[in-house]
Amino acid sequence: MSTAVFKPSKSQLADQSDGASNYLNAGFSAKSWLLTVDHKRIAILYLISITLFFFLGGLFAVLIRLELLTPQGDLMQAETYNKMFTMHGIVMIFFFLIPSIPAVLGNFLIPLMIGAKDLAFPRINLLSWYIYSVGGLFTFAAIVFGGVDTGWTFYTPYSSTYSNSNVILVAVGVFITGFSSILTGLNFIVTIHKMRAPGMTWFRLPLFVWAHYATSIIQVLGTPVVTAAIMLIGLERLFGFGIFDPKLGGDPLLFQHLFWFYSHPAVYIMILPGMGVISEVITCFAKKKVFGYSFIAFSSIAIAVLGFLVWGHHMFTSGQSVYTSLVFSILTFLVAVPSAIKVFNWTATLYKGAVSYDAPMLYALGFIGLFTIGGLTGIFLGTLAVDVHVHDTYFVVAHFHYIMVGGAIMAYMAGLHFWWPKITGRLYPEGWARFSALVIFIGFHLTFFPQFIVGYLGMPRRYHVYPEEFQILNVLSTAGATILGVGYLIPLIYFTWSLKSGPKASANPWGAKGLEWEKASSPPSQYNFEKTPVVTEEAYDYEPTIWLK
Amino acid sequence: MSQHIVPMRVYFVIFFSLLILTAVTVWVAFFDLGAVNDAVALGIATTKAMLVILYFMHVRYSSKLTWIFAATGFLFLIILLAFTLSDVLTRDWIPVSAGWGGGAQ
Amino acid sequence: MAHEHAALQHHFDDMDQQLEASTLGMWAFLITEVLFFGGLFAGYLIYRTKFPEAFDLGSHELDIKFGAINTAVLIGSSLTMVLAVYFAQLGQRMKIVFFLFATLVLGGTFLGIKAVEYSHKIHDGLLPGPGFTFDSPIADQVRIFFSFYFAMTGLHAFHMIIGAGLLSWLMYNAWQGKYDSSYNTPVELVGLYWHFVDIVWIFLFPLLYLIGRN
Repeated sequence: MSTAVFKPSKSQLADQSDGASNYLNAGFSAKSWLLTVDHKRIAILYLISITLFFFLGGLFAVLIRLELLTPQGDLMQAETYNKMFTMHGIVMIFFFLIPSIPAVLGNFLIPLMIGAKDLAFPRINLLSWYIYSVGGLFTFAAIVFGGVDTGWTFYTPYSSTYSNSNVILVAVGVFITGFSSILTGLNFIVTIHKMRAPGMTWFRLPLFVWAHYATSIIQVLGTPVVTAAIMLIGLERLFGFGIFDPKLGGDPLLFQHLFWFYSHPAVYIMILPGMGVISEVITCFAKKKVFGYSFIAFSSIAIAVLGFLVWGHHMFTSGQSVYTSLVFSILTFLVAVPSAIKVFNWTATLYKGAVSYDAPMLYALGFIGLFTIGGLTGIFLGTLAVDVHVHDTYFVVAHFHYIMVGGAIMAYMAGLHFWWPKITGRLYPEGWARFSALVIFIGFHLTFFPQFIVGYLGMPRRYHVYPEEFQILNVLSTAGATILGVGYLIPLIYFTWSLKSGPKASANPWGAKGLEWEKASSPPSQYNFEKTPVVTEEAYDYEPTIWLK
Repeated sequence: MSQHIVPMRVYFVIFFSLLILTAVTVWVAFFDLGAVNDAVALGIATTKAMLVILYFMHVRYSSKLTWIFAATGFLFLIILLAFTLSDVLTRDWIPVSAGWGGGAQ
Repeated sequence: MAHEHAALQHHFDDMDQQLEASTLGMWAFLITEVLFFGGLFAGYLIYRTKFPEAFDLGSHELDIKFGAINTAVLIGSSLTMVLAVYFAQLGQRMKIVFFLFATLVLGGTFLGIKAVEYSHKIHDGLLPGPGFTFDSPIADQVRIFFSFYFAMTGLHAFHMIIGAGLLSWLMYNAWQGKYDSSYNTPVELVGLYWHFVDIVWIFLFPLLYLIGRN
């Protein structure tokens, strides 16, 4: 690759007259946003959309927790409650968690981190946002027309034959959104392979990029299978195919296989990018080279690949063959190895580092603790015999919320705070940010830790009524959820405030390493770099701290 | 450009090989060979697919990365098929009670 | 770089990088296609294992002549497609257009034969659904065979229709002289897509038409 002459097209040349131009002031019309092919602007479009879906999904969570405040079903009926947890799951998973870090932070940062002007396919990148939006509209329409009650897992034959809710509309929404996810992954894979700046070898890539490469593998390999499964549900509902209908000799478990072939790896779509964020934040705020770079890099790939070999652990009690369950149970333990490698390496990075506790670091530290609890309880659930006891109880609900909220959303918040100055060119109020990190951490534990206990005691998930002896734990959980909700609203307020009134950020306010901090301004110019950067050092080449000298 | 131009003759050789293999697979299907029928049909289909991938899709002349990409899709397809089939094939090895209303009365 | 090609997009350094990225992107897309059809193949495999007799019965209802002719037609279209790519690499404008057109005609022939087959099957009451009729004690299982028949060939035909759209677009551009020996990436990429669709049929033909012939 050569450092070729910078070649903007004609329409783009017009914007170059202003000396201090950046991607934000390169155009102000609606068209300049809605038809942009700039990965940074598309990231902002995603940021706005997924924030809307986050609070929509949060609204359903509020209603669920309110209903569970008392043992009786006094706020809503069983049918309504079924719709609440279904739509909470569908919105949060398909429209918030899966796109969150990749489509916002990954989209914005990968070209900057590898020294490229854009992703490999900028127009496909824009297309994937439109596909996401169309899928979102279908789902939103389904909600407006009365919702859907199958659970986010769409299990057959209920979803294919019996449910009277808007299954088709939501299925179309999820089907369409799947293509958006595929295209994002495809774009990242090609970009990381082919667009790296001179000197940016694979083992000089930031770990954030490795994590996104692993994520993209899953998006490309897994998503089409769930797409096919959802298509079959649609065909079954519309034409009465009978593939999943036991009455006609069909096998409902086939759907579960196809569904979890994607949806288990999809958990890693949600958590792997978060792990990438944590690697960046920990090294920056420990001011220390990451411990065991290649182990963290390869453990991301290992998680992506192993993630495809364990899906049957969601089906231990479904009537799946015992022998297949045994194999899946054993393979599930293997995933713990690369996950643990990451946790050990992050903590080892902190050792003798010059640690400072800014808001991103608080979120990152929170992530490590919460992810560890979520991961270890995952081992309980992967153990065949224990799972039979706690399957479909609140223990499972608590486990995956520790991974998805405690892991993925904490990491998303860490990343959002860490790169906010780079994305917007403004600083957020540090004091408020630390306060909200603390509120979220406390609120989170109060919400979900009681659910481990109540689940272990036997409270099943997906019921709107429960025995009275579980009330105290449920009240604690609802109280925690209230705190958690406040914790999420505070950042919404101060981030919005900082857009206009925050102090201007320098190019590298954290003193961090990486091309996006060292070679690009805040906010970056329209084509990221003045000239293609040449990389001469490894990632995280921080000065050794005073104790090591 | 780094494109590799394959002589036209190669394409015709592959084309006729594919036609011949199609004829063979139809012909074989009319003999009762038991389980061998399936093996032959799939074997011929895989051979045909390989010819298309290697020559028409130029993988034979492509970088290692293309080889890896082409192989990955099929590798993960095999994972999907193998685990799903393992469930269906071994599900009835342990007899279960007839369930609701059937067995224990 | 001595000169900059008109087709070079701003974020690439040179035409080689652009070609490599585009080709890799197409391959990544084809991986997703393998697994998209793979979901259906997995379903087919499961039910074939569970209901071998019903699948033999169902397969007998299909017309092997139509299947075999369509296989030959599709292989022929793959040949014309690869020749279009070949002449694009040599930069011979009229021959690109001619072979793209030939591919389009063969693809249309395939879809036409498929449509005839579909109408026969639907007329015979073999479309799964309320109108499904099949005289056999295992009619429900045969119906599952036809569910897969229609789902798999339908998805395949849908891919052919998309392919036909892409071919028409290529023909227009080739006619305008956009492709030559220095830039023919779209022809090559559509070629990859078209061959992939051919490969799917290469597997569908024996799995749907040939089992249980003996």
